[in-house]
Amino acid sequence: MTTLNYAISDSATMFRRQLKRAVRYPGLTLFLLVIPIAFLLLFVYVFGGTLGDGLGAAAGGGGRAAYANYVMPGILLMTLAMGANLTAVSVAMDMTEGIVARFRTMAIARVSVLTGHVLGSVSQALIASAVMVGIGVLVGFRPTATVVEWFAAAGLVALVAFAFTWLSVAIGLVAKTVESASNLPQPLVFLPFLGSGFVPTDSLPSWLRWFAEHQPFTPWMETLRGLLLGTPIGSDGIVSVGWAAGIALAGYLWAKRRYNRDPVR
Amino acid sequence: MIPAPRTLAGMNARLNQPAITVTGLSKAFGDHVVLDGIDLTVPEGTTFALLGPNGAGKTTMVNILSTLIRADAGEIRIAGHDPARNPDGVRAAIGVTGQFSAVDKLLTGEENLLLMADLHHLGRRDGRRRAAELLARFDLEDAARKPAGTYSGGMTRRLDLAMGLVGNPRIVFLDEPTSGLDPRSRRTMWEIIRGLLADGVTIFLTTQYLEEADHLADRIAVLDRGRFVAEGTPDELKRRVPGGHVRLQFADARGLTSAAETLGTGTPDRETLTLQVPTDGSLRSLKRLLDRLDDESIEVVNLSVHTPDLDDVFFAVTGRPTTTEVPVQ
Repeated sequence: MTTLNYAISDSATMFRRQLKRAVRYPGLTLFLLVIPIAFLLLFVYVFGGTLGDGLGAAAGGGGRAAYANYVMPGILLMTLAMGANLTAVSVAMDMTEGIVARFRTMAIARVSVLTGHVLGSVSQALIASAVMVGIGVLVGFRPTATVVEWFAAAGLVALVAFAFTWLSVAIGLVAKTVESASNLPQPLVFLPFLGSGFVPTDSLPSWLRWFAEHQPFTPWMETLRGLLLGTPIGSDGIVSVGWAAGIALAGYLWAKRRYNRDPVR
Repeated sequence: MIPAPRTLAGMNARLNQPAITVTGLSKAFGDHVVLDGIDLTVPEGTTFALLGPNGAGKTTMVNILSTLIRADAGEIRIAGHDPARNPDGVRAAIGVTGQFSAVDKLLTGEENLLLMADLHHLGRRDGRRRAAELLARFDLEDAARKPAGTYSGGMTRRLDLAMGLVGNPRIVFLDEPTSGLDPRSRRTMWEIIRGLLADGVTIFLTTQYLEEADHLADRIAVLDRGRFVAEGTPDELKRRVPGGHVRLQFADARGLTSAAETLGTGTPDRETLTLQVPTDGSLRSLKRLLDRLDDESIEVVNLSVHTPDLDDVFFAVTGRPTTTEVPVQ
């Protein structure tokens, strides 16, 4: 076998390891859903009536029904951010538990330890997103997407999950303890609030609006909104892919460099 | 560096090549010098024990030899490969069992072994066979389908070692393989390690337990503050310390006095009513000693035999007992 074949087969082995872990402890995946579900219910049933009216007539009549549609992309991004959190924790746990030291003393494709985590986390994020869409439908989310648009939306979700995962793998490697690995990606969970996730950006004060319009979550949420609900996407699609690719690359390089260093802390 | 024979003309050439050679190995973490010019050679099929207290640099040494971290200076050859230039060559020849169990606690014992088999690209059938073989050999068959997180300390350690053996390594590194185990599990581990030797595997072992090194190793080096302060066979090391003795305790001072007179040797201690008599530790000399006391009807309340162990060696070569802990960096 060639080096590339080894890299692929070792990555597949590590991916199977992650899948087994996820299947054995579904509690971890479920835990990932708790916060997005809580926010979804809170925002649809508590704030939704009022916030929906504030969206204006363009959002389709206003009220709770309109808000359920509006909030869904933000909730999906929040789900992905929670997944990033979990990835950082599981990488940090691996690092502290000695199994990675074993992998490092074996003649295997080195990066496979990390790619196993990445593939596992992206699959987990996709499953979690599908579950969230299902719950969204139960509370009034009514997407109008065609099959092609669904695939495009799933692709974007996967791409963002991929970017978040590489970033959080690096965070998991950098973190000195499992606790700090769980705290470091925490801000990601709140970034949908500081974008177009819960209210349109033009309702924000100008200084916050500038941040909201230039941070990556806004184009991601706007693109998802466009794909699932038919609002205009414009340049947000390209910007979305650019942000995700950039973050994935930066996270990958950071993680790889960190992993190749001597594991002495 | 001893020139390694490059020919592969059968086993003889390989047997002549040491499994591990190290020359001038040094490593420091910042200002803290952990290893300071270590030289050593481990011939194939032998066991080498690295003995030292906590923080002596044992784990650092294993980490360097097993390609986990890089040395600052020195020449290293593991199975003929240089860990700095060809780490994968080294990795393919070694198995490592660390001080902290490197098992996946969420997977079962069997899954852990199959994971290793997959990473060694053994193929499905060979992998299953190898896993089954190791589960049987390490007495883990009953627990094979239980998550490793539920294992006892001894079982975890056995699984850990089994995982290191999946790829049939020629050289096995054992970093404190029995630390924290109860005496029974420790015995089991020793049996397993001796079994490996019978297969011709070279073993590099670190331990804080002097008895363990004595029990398992062909050669022992005592590591203290980054240097070897003693090296040799267990017997050679033991010869460097005062011999063994028997301690006899008596009910009263009269017993002690008459015993000292009868035997004509030994150091009496009037306070504890004990007599310390030099002995070679053999059963015959012990019996003769007791017979003589019995002939004089001298009652012995208590008796203990002290044979020199490697604790005595450590004290003799470093001037400090092993319990003195050097702060771990």
